[in-house]
Amino acid sequence: MSAIGTGYDLSASQFSPDGRVFQVEYAQKAVENSGTAIALRAKDGVVFAVEKLVTSKLYETGANKRIFNIDRHIGCAVAGLLADARAIVNVANDEAKDYRSQYGTEIPLKYLKDRVAMYMHAYTLYSALRPFGASLLLGSWDKFEGPQLYCLDPSGLSYGYFGISIGKAKQSAKTEIEKISLKDKTCSELIKEAAKIIYIVHDEIKDKSFELELSWVSEATNGRHECVPQEVFDEAEKFAKDALKHDSDSD
Amino acid sequence: MQRSLNNSETLSGIIQKPQFSPYTDNGGTVIAVGGKGFVIIGCDSRLSSGYTINTRFQPKLFKLTPQTVLGSAGCWCDVLTFVRLIEARLKMYSYEHNKTMSTPATAQLVSIMLYYKRFFPYYVSNLVAGLDEEGNGVVYSYDPVGHCEQSTYCATGSSSAFIQPLLDNYVGKKNIANAEKGKLLTQEEALRVVNDAFVSATERNMYCGDSIILNIITEKGIEERVIPLRKD
Amino acid sequence: MKYHTQSPASTGTSVIGITFNDGVLIASDDLVSYGTLARYRNIPRVLKVNEQTVVGCGGDFADFQHLSKIIEQKQIDEEANNDGFTLTPKALHSWITRVLYNRRSKFDPFWNTWVVGGLQDGKPFLGYVDMLGTAFVDRAVATGYGEMIAKPLLWEAVEKKESITEEEAKDLIAKCMSLLFCRDSRAFPKYRIAKVTKDGSVIEGPFEVNVDWSIAAHVQGYE
Repeated sequence: MSAIGTGYDLSASQFSPDGRVFQVEYAQKAVENSGTAIALRAKDGVVFAVEKLVTSKLYETGANKRIFNIDRHIGCAVAGLLADARAIVNVANDEAKDYRSQYGTEIPLKYLKDRVAMYMHAYTLYSALRPFGASLLLGSWDKFEGPQLYCLDPSGLSYGYFGISIGKAKQSAKTEIEKISLKDKTCSELIKEAAKIIYIVHDEIKDKSFELELSWVSEATNGRHECVPQEVFDEAEKFAKDALKHDSDSD
Repeated sequence: MQRSLNNSETLSGIIQKPQFSPYTDNGGTVIAVGGKGFVIIGCDSRLSSGYTINTRFQPKLFKLTPQTVLGSAGCWCDVLTFVRLIEARLKMYSYEHNKTMSTPATAQLVSIMLYYKRFFPYYVSNLVAGLDEEGNGVVYSYDPVGHCEQSTYCATGSSSAFIQPLLDNYVGKKNIANAEKGKLLTQEEALRVVNDAFVSATERNMYCGDSIILNIITEKGIEERVIPLRKD
Repeated sequence: MKYHTQSPASTGTSVIGITFNDGVLIASDDLVSYGTLARYRNIPRVLKVNEQTVVGCGGDFADFQHLSKIIEQKQIDEEANNDGFTLTPKALHSWITRVLYNRRSKFDPFWNTWVVGGLQDGKPFLGYVDMLGTAFVDRAVATGYGEMIAKPLLWEAVEKKESITEEEAKDLIAKCMSLLFCRDSRAFPKYRIAKVTKDGSVIEGPFEVNVDWSIAAHVQGYE
């Protein structure tokens, strides 16, 4: 106890004298250590892109995916501790399942994100629990609500966004996202932009290799969240790589 | 048959709603005959409910280990369940002990698993046929609640009352004056008696027919044969 | 004593199924009866589970709907897992068998008879399960009155030849459905067919049973 304000970070159930909960902030730090994930809201849907860092050549390609299906109509990209993220995804899966069995229709994203956020928030209240070291991007598209995009935070906060980034390079990714006029673009345009942003913000010196993950949920997919088709993926990746090359050439 | 009787009118003339019974009799006959260095177990392949034949080809023999076969007939839903459970138990045994279970041990396991359901029994007639430690054929027969008896030949299932006396006389040499008792059949003799028993039972028993499935268990392995029977 | 289902309420009648050279057909009519009343006359009782699995169900309709919802959710879970595995007809047949057996063992049965069909490793699969958990697999199956009225025809067809074509199978289904309509008082002249081939699964129909009463005018002596 050398200085004022230390010793308040051991429990999620205790505030520091200046009104902070350090455990929650540490959890947010954990999110910022992971590869970047972004989601963009187009006029006809939502696209997801993830920079999945591959820490060893010994991993099989495609292992430890970071884009999940919550239900047929809701997609999710995660950042942070993958095990924590998977636990939350499971909770979201169960929530969607419960809703369907009770009401016979698909769960509205607005409702799902509140339920999951409440669950995450509960883990910031007790001394015996540790907040989740993960953030989630949740997206969907339907005929009545149009595209929807939310970000859930370890603190239990949830906000709606036009475009959002989480993970390592969230700041620079955010700057890139702000350059795009999201509202006028379609998913097929934004999927390329999303891939490009992941390639731009990837730190080749610190993190050597990564796998790009792309998915979308849109009017064109009939409101279903799906991995993008291989042709679209290849095209987006090529677009991203070409843009990078062009940038470095012009330097 | 029991169920459809309950489903209609009773003798008192009161019309009853369908009454649920967890049991039904799907027929099926199993015969096993053992001898020196072999055992033969056979079943018919008919699955029936009352006057309808559900399917003409439903094997009722289950290979439990490379030297033990279970034959099971009666309430088919109980057969399916019982066989699944015993297969799981045999797997657990093999993982724990790094060997497959012997025939006498399997026979004991069948007994205790049946008795475990003493007060809501599997409505099933079982025969376990296999080779003992010396490599000779043994047959274990059971009642639905786990009573077990070891022998060298037995018939169970819907035609047991037709076939058991035949086996007693022909294989067990019972009621024959000056017969050479305790002499075991050769494999060829055993195959003939099993075949003839099924053919005869098919003539007299509605629940027996379509085809015979034979498993001939020897040191070399299990040979399977299918022989057609009357389909009426 | 706690009271469980002692009898079915709203019910569907026969389901019939047949395998052909490269697929499976399952057919059932569109009627749900309430006792002797023809209560709901536009209710399909065949269900598409995925591109390789379909089911058909007779008996208590509420139990069918209840299990349908669970099966649909199972399929959604499989899709969400996105690991390349899908619910196969053989697996679903086994699952339904276990569910019905467990309920009969609690003396609280699901009052249904199910037919499960589809392509298992590229080969046609057709299975039957009743309310007790009695299950088997055959090239042609039928439930309820179908077992007595339609199955002899279905079996004759599959036993006569090594394999039959889709057209032959469909003609046979049409014949069986009209035969059932003629003799089963709870049957209905409108039916649907669930089909599985390597191109996926579809629910076809509704089809009308071909009935011809023109001969009735010539019948004499029974007026």
